[in-house]
Amino acid sequence: MTLTIALAQINTTLGNVERNLEKHLALAKEARKSDADLLIFPELSLTGYVLQDLASAVAHRPRRDDPVFRPLLEASQDIDLVVGFVDEDSRSRFYIAAAYLSRGEVLHVHHKVYLPTYGLFDEGRFFAWGDSVRAFDTRFGRMGILICEDFWHASPPYLLWLDGADTLLLTSASPGRGLGSGEQLASAQWVEHINRAYASLYTVFVAHANRVGYEDGLNFWGGSTVFDPDGDLLARGPYHEEALTLAEVDLRQIHRTRARLPLLRDERTALVRRELNRILQDN
Amino acid sequence: MIDLSINPALARKILTGFLRTEITRVNFRKAVIGLSGGIDSALSCFLAAEALGPENVLAVRMPYRTSSPDSLEHAQLVIDALGVQSLTVDITEMVEPLFSRFPEMDNLRKGNVMARARMIVLYDQSAAFRGLVVGTGNKTELLLGYSTLYGDSACALNPIGDLYKTQVRQLARAVGVPEPILAKPPSADLWVGQTDEEELGFTYEQADQLLYLLVDQRYSPEDCVAAGFDASLVRAVMERVRRNHFKRILPPIAKLGNRTIGYDFLYLRDWGT
Repeated sequence: MTLTIALAQINTTLGNVERNLEKHLALAKEARKSDADLLIFPELSLTGYVLQDLASAVAHRPRRDDPVFRPLLEASQDIDLVVGFVDEDSRSRFYIAAAYLSRGEVLHVHHKVYLPTYGLFDEGRFFAWGDSVRAFDTRFGRMGILICEDFWHASPPYLLWLDGADTLLLTSASPGRGLGSGEQLASAQWVEHINRAYASLYTVFVAHANRVGYEDGLNFWGGSTVFDPDGDLLARGPYHEEALTLAEVDLRQIHRTRARLPLLRDERTALVRRELNRILQDN
Repeated sequence: MIDLSINPALARKILTGFLRTEITRVNFRKAVIGLSGGIDSALSCFLAAEALGPENVLAVRMPYRTSSPDSLEHAQLVIDALGVQSLTVDITEMVEPLFSRFPEMDNLRKGNVMARARMIVLYDQSAAFRGLVVGTGNKTELLLGYSTLYGDSACALNPIGDLYKTQVRQLARAVGVPEPILAKPPSADLWVGQTDEEELGFTYEQADQLLYLLVDQRYSPEDCVAAGFDASLVRAVMERVRRNHFKRILPPIAKLGNRTIGYDFLYLRDWGT
């Protein structure tokens, strides 16, 4: 089975959901015209990233009666979508969230579980912490979503792998930093290294959509990628420029890679649980 | 060896993108820059001309009667190299009445008055030319507080404030800033014969390496001494950084209400754009 993944490497308007929604709908059409099956938008693609006190003002519920999600769910009749937004739960806690929409349904909502609150980041001040990491079934197999800092930690991708995800959908609004004499910013190099590593270690597809543009002095570097289960790069978007990047993914590659390299088969999950229990108890 | 070298092509791409985006998103398309004849403003001007097109950049030369003739000539080299729009406003007549009113005024006060007079000219041209004032302060200068508050540090946005002086030199060379500007010793040119390094008491080379460890690499002062820096230099630089922090923040507002600007009323400048 072949799946064409499109990475929507967009710039956003800070705090203007309506304008960002228009861009989502236009790109959904464009991606569909290019025969894409799944279109992935970056972290907080409907709102912009450094929201601070705007967080509560731009929140939406991923439901059919929501004015932003209604048109997105309609668009998902033609193409599966991953969109980034601020989710307000029934008790008005605000989460950095990503929703997987398909055939008019919300298949899955992920709440960011790691909120960086250090250095230039201040997410923990404005957002609630997500509390689950779950894989989910799609018409293209089982997948998992993680948002930016979630995959700077090794455990969430591991959990998704054990929960059956064969494709990891990663979204970011990653501020460029660490300019040295090398070809890439340090932040770009780091993210590409770990995404390639996850693809290789877990023998899964790893698709990463990162945004571009500026918010005040922050630049977002783009460079969205898709790696296959061998850790090979299938596609990469340009750095610092808007782009719709397509990658044709042959899902049979999982079969071939795992026939050669049975890392999933041999994973000692009972051992992991036993040792993890011991470590957590001892500590 | 502490390596401060940067990838100039990548820096140029990010910084021109920054200027273009951050100026146009607030409905401007032009920039105003005070061109001193030095390397910092030359680099900012080169970046702005590339980002916006030279016709959309106004370079303003603002000599005082004792300013070095080299400063004017070197600023002209930038104007000629880029084809930006230009204007020369002599500030002598603006500042001399105040100098006469206070005959005891020392160089420091006079320098500050001149820097602020130049700010007034730039912000007036900002309105006349409909362009945003692009800053020219580098990271070394901002950290050391080697600038006049509401004077040369005043700007709408600053493309080079995260580049140390030695990195400014590298990028300036890469974008084609004329050689005489690259070669001369840095000077605020507020009085005859003034040079930055003499006034600061250390070289930019030394300061940059030390600041890079202290700020970027989070070394403690003791770690810096262990790494080979002179203890008195480390103390002097740390003290300058601390003492001048007020120049890098907005004035504190006394909190009374539940929501106070600066504390819990938090939005980016780019709010809604």
